[in-house]
Parts: sequence; C-alpha cells; structure tokens
Amino acid sequence: MHPCPAHTHALHSTVTETPVITTTGLTKVYRSRGREVIALDGVDLHVREGEVYGVIGQSGAGKSSLIRCVNLLERPTSGTVTVAGQDLTALAGRGPRAGKELRQARSGIGMVFQHFNLLSSRTVQDNIELPLEILGVSGRERSRKALELLDLVGLSDKAKAYPAQLSGGQKQRVGIARALAGDPKVLLSDEATSALDPETTRSILQLLRDLNRQLGLTVLLITHEMDVVKSICDSAALMEKGRIVESGTVSELLATPGSELASALFPVSGDASGEDRTVIDVTFHGEAATQPVVSQLARTYNIDISILGAAMDTVGGKQVGRMRIELPGRYEDNVVPIGFLREQGLQIDVLGQEPVLVGEGAK
Amino acid sequence: MQPLLSQACWDTLYMVGWSTLIAVLAGLPLGVLLVLTDRGGLVQNTVVNKVIGQVVNIVRSMPFIILMVALMSFTRWIVGTTIGREAAIVPLAVGAIPFFARLVETSVREVDGGLVEAVQSMGGNTWTVVRKVLVPESLPSLISATTTTVVAIIGYSAMAGTVGAGGLGDLAIRYGYQRFESELMWLIVAVLAVVIAVIQFAGDSGARVLHRRAGKGGEPLRFRVLAGFLPGGPVGATPTKTR
Repeated sequence: MHPCPAHTHALHSTVTETPVITTTGLTKVYRSRGREVIALDGVDLHVREGEVYGVIGQSGAGKSSLIRCVNLLERPTSGTVTVAGQDLTALAGRGPRAGKELRQARSGIGMVFQHFNLLSSRTVQDNIELPLEILGVSGRERSRKALELLDLVGLSDKAKAYPAQLSGGQKQRVGIARALAGDPKVLLSDEATSALDPETTRSILQLLRDLNRQLGLTVLLITHEMDVVKSICDSAALMEKGRIVESGTVSELLATPGSELASALFPVSGDASGEDRTVIDVTFHGEAATQPVVSQLARTYNIDISILGAAMDTVGGKQVGRMRIELPGRYEDNVVPIGFLREQGLQIDVLGQEPVLVGEGAK
Repeated sequence: MQPLLSQACWDTLYMVGWSTLIAVLAGLPLGVLLVLTDRGGLVQNTVVNKVIGQVVNIVRSMPFIILMVALMSFTRWIVGTTIGREAAIVPLAVGAIPFFARLVETSVREVDGGLVEAVQSMGGNTWTVVRKVLVPESLPSLISATTTTVVAIIGYSAMAGTVGAGGLGDLAIRYGYQRFESELMWLIVAVLAVVIAVIQFAGDSGARVLHRRAGKGGEPLRFRVLAGFLPGGPVGATPTKTR
C-alpha cells in the first residue's frame, strides 16, 4: 500500500480519553406518505477529544443522517446527542425550529459539506466572515480573523475572489476556513472530499489532519471512500442499514477477528503456491509489531517463509497491518510455529481452517 | 402636442415608479413568506401559506380595470381621492404586489437548500437565512422579476386614464382613438416601446452582471457588460444559472 504522509507528520496525535461527541440510542425515522424509512437504528457513537473519527458506509447506510443529527440539522426521532458536554437534544426542545441555545451550541461546531455550500454572491473573505457576522463579531475583528484563516488554509491571495472563480479544492479550503471561523472544538465533515479528484482529496485530507494536530480539533467525518479513513482516521466505524456494525481505533479494529473494516483497510491477498502449504494471515497491532517476528520464526524453526502479500502502516510509531505468509507443510505440521506466533501476541488466522472473513474492500 | 406628450410621459413614470416601489417592498416579504411557510419550509405553516396563496391568486385573477373600481373606497381611504395620479398608484400597487410576490417565490425557491443548511449549521436563525442567503443569492433573479413587474405595471397604467390619472395610455386613447389622431397614437406606441426596451435592457444588464459574478469568473465585469452592446452579441448573452 502507498505510504501515508499524514502518519509520518512531525506533530503527534492529540487524542485524549475525554469524549467530545457521544450519541446514545440515536434513531431517525423518516415518514413520508405513510411509509416509514429507518435511517438510524439505535446508533451509539463515541468520539474522543482530538481524534479524527471516520464513519464509512455505502450510500443509504445512514451516515449522512448521523452527521446531520450531531448538530441537529436533522432532529433525531429518539436518542441523545452530546457534544462537548452539552446535551443538544435537550437544548433543541420540541419545536421544529432551533432555539437560541441550540443555535449558540451549533456555532461551536464547524461543518464542511460535499458541495461546499459557499454563497455565490459573496467574496471568499465575506463567506468566511459569515459565521462571525452571525456571532456578532465587529467588522475589523471579522476581517482580521478571516484573513488569518485564509492564510491557514493557504488561500491568502484569494480573499477578494468569488467562489465561482475557484477550483473545487480551493472551494473546499474556503469551506474549511469558514467552518473554523467560530473557533469550534468539533468539525463535522459531510463527504468533504467526495466531489474532488484524488490529488485534491489528498491535499484536503492533509489539511484536515494538520488542523487536527495543530488546533487539537476533533474531526468527525463521514465518507464512502476507504482511502479517506486509511489516510487520516484514528478511529473508524462501519455503518450498515442505519446501524454501526463495527467501531474502534484502527488497532482495535485490527485486533477484532473477522473485522470487515480491518480487512478493507489492510487488504491482503495471495493464494497457496502448492498443495502442501499453509497460508496464514498475521495481524500486527500493539507491541508485538515492533519485533521482527517473521525472521525470528524462520530462525527458530528453520523454515522457509514466503510473504504472499502485506498491508502495513505506521500508526503512532507502531506498525499495524496484516501480512499473508506461506509456511511449508500442511496445517498439522505447522501447529508449533503458529503457536509461537500467537505467543508473540499476534493474531493469526489460518486460511481454510477457521472462518476467515475477507471483506469486499480488497479492491 | 409636445407638452401633452411630455406631461403624459411624466405621469406614466410617476405612477409606475411609485407603484413598482410599493410592489417590491410589499411583494418581496410576501414572496419570501410563501416559501418559508410552505411544506418543508423553515417556518412551515400551512394555514398562513394557504391564506396568502389564495389572496394572491384572487387579486391576480382580477382584470386590472375591475380591481381599480373595486378598490375605490380603499383608495379614498389611503390617498383621500379616487381621481388622479395618486389615486391610480393604489390599485396599480395592489395589483402588482401579488404578481411580484409569485415571481419572488419562484426565485427564492431556486436557492440551493445546502446554503440554508450551511447557515443553520453556523447557528444562524431564520431571519439570518433570509437576509444572508435567500435574498442575496436570488438577487439576479429578483432583478429580472422586478423588470417583468415594471413592464406589467406600464401595461396596467394605460387603464389608469379611466380614473383621470393621465399617462401615455390615456393620451393614446383620447387623442389617438377618440380624435383619430393616428400620428400621435403611433408616436406614443413608439415612446412606450422605447421606454420598455430601456427598462428591459437595464434590468437584463443588472441581472447579467450578478449572474456572471455568481457564475464563471474570468473576464472583468465591465468589459462583459460592454460586450452586450457590440454587434454579434456577447459570449453567452443569455443569463445562465450555474449549479
């Protein structure tokens, strides 16, 4: 797999154990013409302070409803949403309109959109000043802040341009700058890179990662692209049919046997080269990953090991990932070496022996 | 003939100017309200929406000359008389308000819902959405709507002669039709055609400038407007909506 510059960034992870976004039993049911569509079905989400949390799923899985429920653009049918210690669902009240308190809470949550949603009638600078106008910040302070943010997203020269004169990537940078204007603790990203080409996507993700590291900003993003999760997320959740089916930090996911997310994040492939061969998947997560286990295995048992495929990454200075290796002889002949690997704290899945789920994400 | 014509011209512009101003001031909030109170709108209110919608439809379905007569007592209450230019402004404005309101409704409805959401996510309330998004984003289209309204009011104002308000239409009927002075009538037709062409051109240019800004950038705006005068037509002369 391609190396990820984000992970080798000089600044270190800002993740703490304090929960910033918590949803409990979040349910959203859409009713139209007597039909009911369940978009969210009891979603419990826990996003810790300072982390980049990715929710991935196919369209229609409920990701969009989820992120829009977090700042209550969408009213959940039941369940609670807490952001930065504030129970937003309690602030929302019963009426369909957002009260003063909810609006105040929203101004502390930045949001970026797939289609940027910039006002075409305003210049770039005026777009960034918009949330500050809503907050009632004075004119001079607004323009100071807007120019500072433009500098942060690398668009200082575009202050007087109109959105129509910008490229997609530049528009999204403006969208990000605008979302940061109110000094939010939390940034919600609704498919922010889905309308962009791969190159631009990378640069926008890099920007989000940098902001996360520099400002300690918590980012909750939804996406349908595994690459997004792979390149910037500390934690991820997989959504299917309105439910979160898997969630956790990247290493926790790897440690989960049969995790679809893990196999999609770290796809390995390769078949046995002959009859008398044993193919095993070694999953590295945590401490064992720092030891050269493969060569230890080869030396200790004097066996020839072929590596069929591997997907490794460095997260927080530790190696995480998967490796598919082939040992000579049948499974019965390799019980001892496999036991050795397990003793090292590695997770071993033997192909053809145990139920091994290989996700469809190996594309 | 000359003083007659210039007086009539002035009367027409006077009536049309005031009633346009009133129609825009009243029709804009009404049109916005029609969108906001509609189903799925920001302040959904079926009763208000239906009531406004019905009133708008009733006034719009009334022929202007009937409206003018029907509103006589209202006109007297407002301006103290039912005769003259001022008296004509009242029915003209009342007739144009629902006309403009419907055009506003259509324009505002075209604003991308994502922009509304963006402002809501920043903590903006409904008033902020109206002021910062709905109106400014639909401005090019609102300018076109105003142009259409002005032209319609000029048409209505021809009937204002029946209440002694003068104006070009009145002149054409009294001198051109009743006194068989065809030259004067054709002259008035020419004047009206020029007036409407100028208004249409001004409105179109205004809308086009704003459209350009909201659309694709590139050439400086001033140059593009100038290009509209040149033979062969400007590049992409028809206002196009991006997105």
